[in-house]
Amino acid sequence: MGGATATANGKLEFTVPGEYHVPNGTLLGFWIYLMSDCLIFAALFATYGVLSMNFAGGPSGGDLFDLKLVALNTAFLLFSSITYGFAVLQMQANKLRGTQFWLLVTGIFGAAFLAVELYEFYHLIHIGAGPQRSGFLSAFFALVGTHGLHVTFGTIWLVTLLFQLNRHGLSGANRRRVYCLSMFWHFLDVVWIGVFTYVYLMGSLV
Amino acid sequence: MSSEHHDEHHVEGAPHSSFSGYMIGFLASIFLTATPFWLVMGGVLDSRNATIITILIFAVVQILVHMVYFLHMNFQSEGGWTMLSLIFTVVLLFITLFGSLWVMYHMNVNMMPSMMGGTS
Repeated sequence: MGGATATANGKLEFTVPGEYHVPNGTLLGFWIYLMSDCLIFAALFATYGVLSMNFAGGPSGGDLFDLKLVALNTAFLLFSSITYGFAVLQMQANKLRGTQFWLLVTGIFGAAFLAVELYEFYHLIHIGAGPQRSGFLSAFFALVGTHGLHVTFGTIWLVTLLFQLNRHGLSGANRRRVYCLSMFWHFLDVVWIGVFTYVYLMGSLV
Repeated sequence: MSSEHHDEHHVEGAPHSSFSGYMIGFLASIFLTATPFWLVMGGVLDSRNATIITILIFAVVQILVHMVYFLHMNFQSEGGWTMLSLIFTVVLLFITLFGSLWVMYHMNVNMMPSMMGGTS
Protein backbone atom coordinates (compact mmCIF):
# COMPACT_ATOMS: atom_id res chain seq x y z
CA MET A 1 0.00 0.00 0.00
CA GLY A 2 2.91 2.34 0.75
CA GLY A 3 3.99 2.42 -2.87
CA ALA A 4 0.54 3.07 -4.24
CA THR A 5 0.22 6.48 -2.58
CA ALA A 6 3.15 7.71 -4.66
CA THR A 7 1.11 7.36 -7.83
CA ALA A 8 -0.89 10.55 -7.38
CA ASN A 9 0.66 11.67 -10.66
CA GLY A 10 -0.40 9.06 -13.18
CA LYS A 11 2.78 9.41 -15.23
CA LEU A 12 4.95 8.09 -12.40
CA GLU A 13 3.19 4.75 -12.25
CA PHE A 14 6.01 2.78 -13.86
CA THR A 15 8.61 4.04 -11.38
CA VAL A 16 6.70 2.58 -8.43
CA PRO A 17 8.59 -0.41 -7.04
CA GLY A 18 6.75 -3.66 -6.59
CA GLU A 19 3.70 -5.05 -8.28
CA TYR A 20 1.43 -2.50 -9.93
CA HIS A 21 -2.04 -2.47 -8.45
CA VAL A 22 -4.89 -0.73 -10.23
CA PRO A 23 -5.94 2.19 -8.01
CA ASN A 24 -9.38 1.72 -6.43
CA GLY A 25 -9.55 -1.77 -7.93
CA THR A 26 -10.71 -3.90 -5.02
CA LEU A 27 -13.48 -1.75 -3.61
CA LEU A 28 -14.98 -1.07 -7.05
CA GLY A 29 -14.73 -4.75 -7.94
CA PHE A 30 -16.44 -5.71 -4.71
CA TRP A 31 -19.16 -3.17 -5.35
CA ILE A 32 -19.78 -4.70 -8.79
CA TYR A 33 -19.99 -8.14 -7.14
CA LEU A 34 -22.64 -6.71 -4.79
CA MET A 35 -24.57 -5.36 -7.77
CA SER A 36 -24.58 -8.84 -9.33
CA ASP A 37 -25.74 -10.21 -5.97
CA CYS A 38 -28.48 -7.60 -6.11
CA LEU A 39 -29.72 -9.19 -9.34
CA ILE A 40 -29.99 -12.59 -7.61
CA PHE A 41 -32.23 -10.94 -5.04
CA ALA A 42 -34.17 -9.17 -7.83
CA ALA A 43 -34.96 -12.58 -9.36
CA LEU A 44 -35.96 -13.98 -5.94
CA PHE A 45 -38.14 -10.94 -5.18
CA ALA A 46 -39.79 -11.25 -8.60
CA THR A 47 -40.42 -14.97 -7.98
CA TYR A 48 -41.90 -14.18 -4.60
CA GLY A 49 -44.03 -11.40 -6.10
CA VAL A 50 -45.45 -13.77 -8.72
CA LEU A 51 -46.11 -16.63 -6.27
CA SER A 52 -47.10 -14.61 -3.20
CA MET A 53 -50.82 -15.29 -3.69
CA ASN A 54 -50.49 -19.00 -4.53
CA PHE A 55 -51.45 -20.40 -1.14
CA ALA A 56 -52.72 -23.76 -2.49
CA GLY A 57 -55.37 -23.72 0.23
CA GLY A 58 -52.64 -23.32 2.86
CA PRO A 59 -51.84 -20.52 5.26
CA SER A 60 -51.17 -16.94 4.09
CA GLY A 61 -48.63 -14.50 5.44
CA GLY A 62 -51.28 -12.98 7.66
CA ASP A 63 -51.77 -16.36 9.33
CA LEU A 64 -48.07 -17.14 9.75
CA PHE A 65 -45.97 -14.03 10.29
CA ASP A 66 -45.23 -12.89 13.82
CA LEU A 67 -44.49 -9.21 13.24
CA LYS A 68 -43.07 -8.70 16.76
CA LEU A 69 -40.39 -11.25 15.94
CA VAL A 70 -39.73 -9.56 12.58
CA ALA A 71 -39.48 -6.17 14.29
CA LEU A 72 -36.94 -7.64 16.73
CA ASN A 73 -34.93 -9.09 13.84
CA THR A 74 -35.07 -5.81 11.94
CA ALA A 75 -33.79 -4.00 15.03
CA PHE A 76 -30.89 -6.50 15.36
CA LEU A 77 -29.84 -5.89 11.77
CA LEU A 78 -30.22 -2.13 12.02
CA PHE A 79 -28.15 -2.00 15.22
CA SER A 80 -25.51 -4.21 13.58
CA SER A 81 -25.27 -1.68 10.74
CA ILE A 82 -24.51 1.23 13.06
CA THR A 83 -22.06 -0.82 15.16
CA TYR A 84 -20.22 -1.77 11.96
CA GLY A 85 -20.10 1.95 11.18
CA PHE A 86 -18.47 2.50 14.60
CA ALA A 87 -15.91 -0.22 13.76
CA VAL A 88 -14.98 1.60 10.54
CA LEU A 89 -14.67 4.90 12.45
CA GLN A 90 -12.40 3.24 15.04
CA MET A 91 -10.29 1.82 12.22
CA GLN A 92 -9.98 5.24 10.61
CA ALA A 93 -8.77 6.52 13.99
CA ASN A 94 -6.17 3.69 13.97
CA LYS A 95 -7.61 2.02 17.07
CA LEU A 96 -7.23 -1.74 16.73
CA ARG A 97 -9.00 -2.76 19.97
CA GLY A 98 -11.93 -0.44 19.26
CA THR A 99 -12.26 -1.84 15.75
CA GLN A 100 -12.27 -5.39 17.10
CA PHE A 101 -14.75 -4.52 19.85
CA TRP A 102 -17.32 -3.01 17.49
CA LEU A 103 -16.82 -5.82 14.97
CA LEU A 104 -17.51 -8.28 17.77
CA VAL A 105 -20.70 -6.41 18.74
CA THR A 106 -21.75 -6.47 15.06
CA GLY A 107 -21.12 -10.20 14.93
CA ILE A 108 -23.22 -10.77 18.05
CA PHE A 109 -26.13 -8.85 16.50
CA GLY A 110 -25.70 -10.88 13.29
CA ALA A 111 -25.75 -14.13 15.27
CA ALA A 112 -28.86 -12.97 17.17
CA PHE A 113 -30.56 -12.20 13.86
CA LEU A 114 -29.72 -15.68 12.57
CA ALA A 115 -30.93 -17.33 15.79
CA VAL A 116 -34.33 -15.62 15.53
CA GLU A 117 -34.61 -16.44 11.83
CA LEU A 118 -33.72 -20.11 12.41
CA TYR A 119 -36.29 -20.24 15.21
CA GLU A 120 -38.89 -18.79 12.81
CA PHE A 121 -38.05 -21.30 10.08
CA TYR A 122 -38.07 -24.18 12.56
CA HIS A 123 -41.43 -23.06 13.89
CA LEU A 124 -42.94 -22.75 10.37
CA ILE A 125 -41.69 -26.16 9.29
CA HIS A 126 -42.83 -27.65 12.61
CA ILE A 127 -46.45 -26.48 12.10
CA GLY A 128 -46.47 -27.86 8.55
CA ALA A 129 -45.82 -24.58 6.74
CA GLY A 130 -42.52 -25.67 5.20
CA PRO A 131 -41.33 -24.78 1.68
CA GLN A 132 -43.19 -27.75 0.18
CA ARG A 133 -46.59 -26.55 1.44
CA SER A 134 -47.38 -23.97 -1.30
CA GLY A 135 -45.83 -21.80 -3.99
CA PHE A 136 -46.01 -18.86 -1.60
CA LEU A 137 -44.00 -20.70 1.06
CA SER A 138 -41.45 -22.04 -1.48
CA ALA A 139 -40.77 -18.50 -2.68
CA PHE A 140 -40.73 -17.21 0.91
CA PHE A 141 -38.14 -19.73 2.07
CA ALA A 142 -36.03 -19.20 -1.08
CA LEU A 143 -35.92 -15.42 -0.66
CA VAL A 144 -35.60 -15.12 3.12
CA GLY A 145 -33.34 -18.18 3.26
CA THR A 146 -30.95 -16.73 0.66
CA HIS A 147 -30.73 -13.53 2.67
CA GLY A 148 -30.12 -15.57 5.82
CA LEU A 149 -27.35 -17.51 4.07
CA HIS A 150 -25.71 -14.21 3.13
CA VAL A 151 -25.83 -13.09 6.76
CA THR A 152 -24.37 -16.47 7.79
CA PHE A 153 -21.42 -16.10 5.43
CA GLY A 154 -21.03 -12.45 6.44
CA THR A 155 -20.79 -13.54 10.08
CA ILE A 156 -18.22 -16.25 9.23
CA TRP A 157 -16.22 -13.63 7.31
CA LEU A 158 -16.49 -11.27 10.29
CA VAL A 159 -15.11 -13.87 12.71
CA THR A 160 -12.29 -14.63 10.26
CA LEU A 161 -11.53 -10.93 10.07
CA LEU A 162 -11.32 -10.70 13.86
CA PHE A 163 -8.60 -13.37 13.86
CA GLN A 164 -6.79 -11.65 10.97
CA LEU A 165 -6.91 -8.33 12.83
CA ASN A 166 -5.57 -10.03 15.95
CA ARG A 167 -2.66 -11.47 14.01
CA HIS A 168 -1.73 -8.72 11.53
CA GLY A 169 -3.24 -5.58 13.09
CA LEU A 170 -4.57 -2.73 10.97
CA SER A 171 -2.49 -3.55 7.91
CA GLY A 172 -3.42 -2.30 4.46
CA ALA A 173 -4.89 -5.65 3.46
CA ASN A 174 -6.96 -5.83 6.65
CA ARG A 175 -8.28 -2.30 6.17
CA ARG A 176 -9.39 -3.25 2.66
CA ARG A 177 -11.15 -6.35 4.06
CA VAL A 178 -12.95 -4.27 6.70
CA TYR A 179 -14.18 -1.90 3.98
CA CYS A 180 -15.35 -4.78 1.77
CA LEU A 181 -17.22 -6.49 4.60
CA SER A 182 -18.68 -3.11 5.51
CA MET A 183 -20.19 -2.81 2.04
CA PHE A 184 -21.41 -6.43 2.21
CA TRP A 185 -23.00 -5.91 5.63
CA HIS A 186 -24.76 -2.64 4.78
CA PHE A 187 -25.90 -4.16 1.48
CA LEU A 188 -27.56 -7.03 3.38
CA ASP A 189 -29.36 -4.48 5.52
CA VAL A 190 -30.64 -2.78 2.34
CA VAL A 191 -31.95 -6.12 1.06
CA TRP A 192 -33.61 -6.70 4.43
CA ILE A 193 -35.54 -3.41 4.03
CA GLY A 194 -37.07 -4.93 0.91
CA VAL A 195 -37.76 -8.22 2.72
CA PHE A 196 -39.49 -6.81 5.78
CA THR A 197 -41.54 -4.34 3.73
CA TYR A 198 -42.51 -6.50 0.78
CA VAL A 199 -42.65 -9.96 2.38
CA TYR A 200 -43.56 -9.47 6.03
CA LEU A 201 -45.50 -6.21 6.26
CA MET A 202 -47.34 -6.48 2.93
CA GLY A 203 -47.77 -10.23 3.45
CA SER A 204 -49.48 -9.57 6.77
CA LEU A 205 -52.03 -7.34 5.03
CA VAL A 206 -53.35 -10.15 2.83
CA MET B 1 -14.67 14.78 -13.41
CA SER B 2 -12.80 16.08 -10.43
CA SER B 3 -12.32 12.72 -8.74
CA GLU B 4 -8.54 12.85 -9.15
CA HIS B 5 -8.32 15.66 -6.62
CA HIS B 6 -9.95 13.98 -3.64
CA ASP B 7 -7.50 13.24 -0.88
CA GLU B 8 -6.21 9.68 -0.53
CA HIS B 9 -6.84 7.70 2.65
CA HIS B 10 -5.01 4.59 3.71
CA VAL B 11 -7.01 2.47 1.28
CA GLU B 12 -7.48 3.90 -2.20
CA GLY B 13 -11.08 4.88 -2.81
CA ALA B 14 -12.06 4.30 0.82
CA PRO B 15 -15.22 6.10 1.88
CA HIS B 16 -15.25 9.34 3.87
CA SER B 17 -16.99 8.18 7.03
CA SER B 18 -18.00 10.40 9.90
CA PHE B 19 -19.74 9.81 13.22
CA SER B 20 -22.43 12.39 12.48
CA GLY B 21 -23.11 10.81 9.08
CA TYR B 22 -23.65 7.38 10.62
CA MET B 23 -25.84 8.80 13.39
CA ILE B 24 -28.04 10.74 10.94
CA GLY B 25 -28.47 7.58 8.89
CA PHE B 26 -29.17 5.49 11.99
CA LEU B 27 -31.77 7.83 13.49
CA ALA B 28 -33.48 8.25 10.12
CA SER B 29 -33.52 4.47 9.70
CA ILE B 30 -35.13 3.94 13.10
CA PHE B 31 -37.90 6.36 12.18
CA LEU B 32 -38.30 4.90 8.68
CA THR B 33 -38.45 1.35 10.06
CA ALA B 34 -40.65 1.94 13.10
CA THR B 35 -43.34 3.87 11.22
CA PRO B 36 -44.23 1.12 8.69
CA PHE B 37 -44.33 -1.49 11.50
CA TRP B 38 -46.58 0.82 13.52
CA LEU B 39 -48.86 1.40 10.51
CA VAL B 40 -49.28 -2.32 9.85
CA MET B 41 -49.30 -3.72 13.40
CA GLY B 42 -51.58 -1.00 14.73
CA GLY B 43 -53.86 -1.00 11.69
CA VAL B 44 -53.63 2.79 11.69
CA LEU B 45 -54.86 3.49 8.16
CA ASP B 46 -58.29 2.20 7.18
CA SER B 47 -57.40 1.66 3.54
CA ARG B 48 -55.20 -1.37 2.79
CA ASN B 49 -53.93 0.20 -0.44
CA ALA B 50 -52.99 3.43 1.32
CA THR B 51 -51.01 1.41 3.89
CA ILE B 52 -49.19 -0.51 1.16
CA ILE B 53 -48.28 2.62 -0.80
CA THR B 54 -47.11 4.38 2.37
CA ILE B 55 -44.85 1.54 3.55
CA LEU B 56 -43.41 1.15 0.03
CA ILE B 57 -42.51 4.85 -0.01
CA PHE B 58 -40.92 4.50 3.43
CA ALA B 59 -38.91 1.50 2.14
CA VAL B 60 -37.63 3.42 -0.90
CA VAL B 61 -36.63 6.40 1.26
CA GLN B 62 -34.89 4.13 3.77
CA ILE B 63 -32.96 2.38 0.99
CA LEU B 64 -31.79 5.81 -0.23
CA VAL B 65 -30.79 6.77 3.34
CA HIS B 66 -28.76 3.56 3.70
CA MET B 67 -27.14 4.11 0.29
CA VAL B 68 -26.04 7.64 1.16
CA TYR B 69 -25.16 7.42 4.88
CA PHE B 70 -23.98 3.79 5.26
CA LEU B 71 -22.72 2.85 1.79
CA HIS B 72 -21.45 6.40 1.10
CA MET B 73 -22.84 6.52 -2.43
CA ASN B 74 -22.16 9.67 -4.40
CA PHE B 75 -21.35 10.68 -7.96
CA GLN B 76 -17.66 11.17 -7.21
CA SER B 77 -16.49 7.88 -5.66
CA GLU B 78 -14.38 5.69 -7.95
CA GLY B 79 -14.72 8.31 -10.68
CA GLY B 80 -18.47 7.77 -10.83
CA TRP B 81 -18.27 4.06 -11.64
CA THR B 82 -20.04 2.88 -8.47
CA MET B 83 -22.97 5.16 -9.29
CA LEU B 84 -23.01 4.05 -12.93
CA SER B 85 -23.05 0.35 -11.98
CA LEU B 86 -25.75 1.07 -9.39
CA ILE B 87 -27.95 2.84 -11.96
CA PHE B 88 -27.45 -0.05 -14.39
CA THR B 89 -28.43 -2.54 -11.65
CA VAL B 90 -31.50 -0.53 -10.66
CA VAL B 91 -32.66 -0.54 -14.30
CA LEU B 92 -32.26 -4.33 -14.49
CA LEU B 93 -33.97 -4.65 -11.10
CA PHE B 94 -36.91 -2.62 -12.32
CA ILE B 95 -37.25 -4.67 -15.52
CA THR B 96 -37.01 -7.98 -13.61
CA LEU B 97 -39.46 -7.05 -10.86
CA PHE B 98 -42.12 -5.10 -12.71
CA GLY B 99 -41.72 -7.12 -15.92
CA SER B 100 -42.36 -10.37 -14.04
CA LEU B 101 -45.28 -9.01 -12.04
CA TRP B 102 -46.86 -7.36 -15.09
CA VAL B 103 -46.52 -10.38 -17.40
CA MET B 104 -47.60 -12.93 -14.81
CA TYR B 105 -50.56 -10.85 -13.69
CA HIS B 106 -51.89 -10.73 -17.25
CA MET B 107 -51.14 -14.43 -17.72
CA ASN B 108 -53.28 -15.18 -14.67
CA VAL B 109 -56.10 -12.91 -15.77
CA ASN B 110 -56.20 -14.16 -19.36
CA MET B 111 -55.45 -17.85 -18.90
CA MET B 112 -57.82 -18.54 -16.03
CA PRO B 113 -61.01 -16.55 -16.60
CA SER B 114 -62.85 -18.73 -14.07
CA MET B 115 -60.66 -17.30 -11.31
CA MET B 116 -61.78 -13.74 -11.97
CA GLY B 117 -65.26 -14.03 -10.53
CA GLY B 118 -64.43 -16.29 -7.61
CA THR B 119 -61.48 -14.73 -5.84
CA SER B 120 -60.07 -11.21 -5.61
